[in-house]
Amino acid sequence: MRILIVLFFLAGTACYAQDDLLNELEQSNPTEPEYVTSTFKGSRLVNGQTVKTKNKRELEFIFSHRFGAINQGLYELFGLDQAYVRLGLEYGITDRLGVGLGRNSVDKTMDSYLRYKALKQVVGGMPVTITAYGNFAIKTSPKKEDAGFDITLEDRLSYTGQLLIARKFTSALSLQLMPTVVHKNLADQTIENNTQFALGAGGRVKVSKSISLNVEYYHRFGVPDNNPYYDALGFAVDIETGGHDFQLIITNTRGLTERAFITETAGDFFDGDIHLGFNVTRTFQFGRKKK
Amino acid sequence: MVLTTPVVLSVYGQKYAAEQSLVSFFSDAPVEDIKAENHKAISLLNVSTGEVAISIPIKDFEFAKSLMKEHFNEKYLESDKYPKAIFQGKFINFNLNDSSEQTVNATGKLTIHGVTREIKVSGTFQPSPNQIVARSKFVIRLEDYKVKIPQILWNNIAEEVEVTIALTYKRL
Repeated sequence: MRILIVLFFLAGTACYAQDDLLNELEQSNPTEPEYVTSTFKGSRLVNGQTVKTKNKRELEFIFSHRFGAINQGLYELFGLDQAYVRLGLEYGITDRLGVGLGRNSVDKTMDSYLRYKALKQVVGGMPVTITAYGNFAIKTSPKKEDAGFDITLEDRLSYTGQLLIARKFTSALSLQLMPTVVHKNLADQTIENNTQFALGAGGRVKVSKSISLNVEYYHRFGVPDNNPYYDALGFAVDIETGGHDFQLIITNTRGLTERAFITETAGDFFDGDIHLGFNVTRTFQFGRKKK
Repeated sequence: MVLTTPVVLSVYGQKYAAEQSLVSFFSDAPVEDIKAENHKAISLLNVSTGEVAISIPIKDFEFAKSLMKEHFNEKYLESDKYPKAIFQGKFINFNLNDSSEQTVNATGKLTIHGVTREIKVSGTFQPSPNQIVARSKFVIRLEDYKVKIPQILWNNIAEEVEVTIALTYKRL
């Protein structure tokens, strides 16, 4: 028995080189899942959302801005004389669950949302990150006396549900699909349905460590022939500096809530109805992360 | 049998594995001090030869601010491409039979961000019957490991960071 033990240790240790020790170390490594992080830099791809959630106790202030269409000519200074703004806040309740609030000057819309990261992409495992997003919005324009009919609070409400499905293919390339449903309590039935379906697709290509190019397109399904709206298309240059994320945008929509940009985009991108804009975020961390 | 086995081990190589580890770094810069801690490093030590291997998963460095962690992984250490920092080397001048805290040196190859460099650091080594505590503190230059800081952030991040390693080994 004793001899056997001696032989065992002899065999096991006779040929040690440094590489063997490292190999042995790598093999002993318990296989914890390695989650893929930073699929996108920010919470907005262009107009719409990304899978990204704020980390716990992070507060993001997001200021979004769209000018008028550039094809309005010099008199409107190529759209710069008009401005549509959304001021918003998003807070991370946990690393996966976030809550947001905002107000957009387009249709004087107040919106609130929850997002929950249900699945995280894992190296050599789960292929995608999936975040569920639910938005509830109140269109406060027009005023009751200006509506021309007896408009109720219910008439002003709309709801958006999205699944955001993203995969970071390489550190430079991430793509996202966004199946979406928008429901408006009040819709002009001659041109649109109360419940509308759309599929968004987009992605980003990183051109440097701090800069990426983003594209986003929302295609609507079952749109009546006489519907006057267009599918939303947008491009962004995403520049990240410390706690700020700055996005320079061109898009055919002035809306900054899902109802407005997915179902009520008035501009034809290929006819020059292009709006310049930007999203600027600032992230604040509350408290220290637990060690 | 109980008596013989340790003798055999001490002659033919004895391996220890790190049971607890702490790798931290500190960067002292004009705008903000940055500190991060990592408890997920793993290590093996062969006391008969002094050989040591340490593997540090980059994504497990924890910062005070989540955004710092994100930028550290995404922009500086590029942890998708280079997920681990590795040290492969040897302790020199240690005495396993002296249970006081000894000053020792370690030499070997340190790989960070895909760049491997020969380094020599000093530290302490303290054996006790069943465990060994090894500690070291040294400075690395980011430039040496091709970690580039965008100009816009130069004031936030120092060019040199102080690294502290503390490993508590248990006999395997």
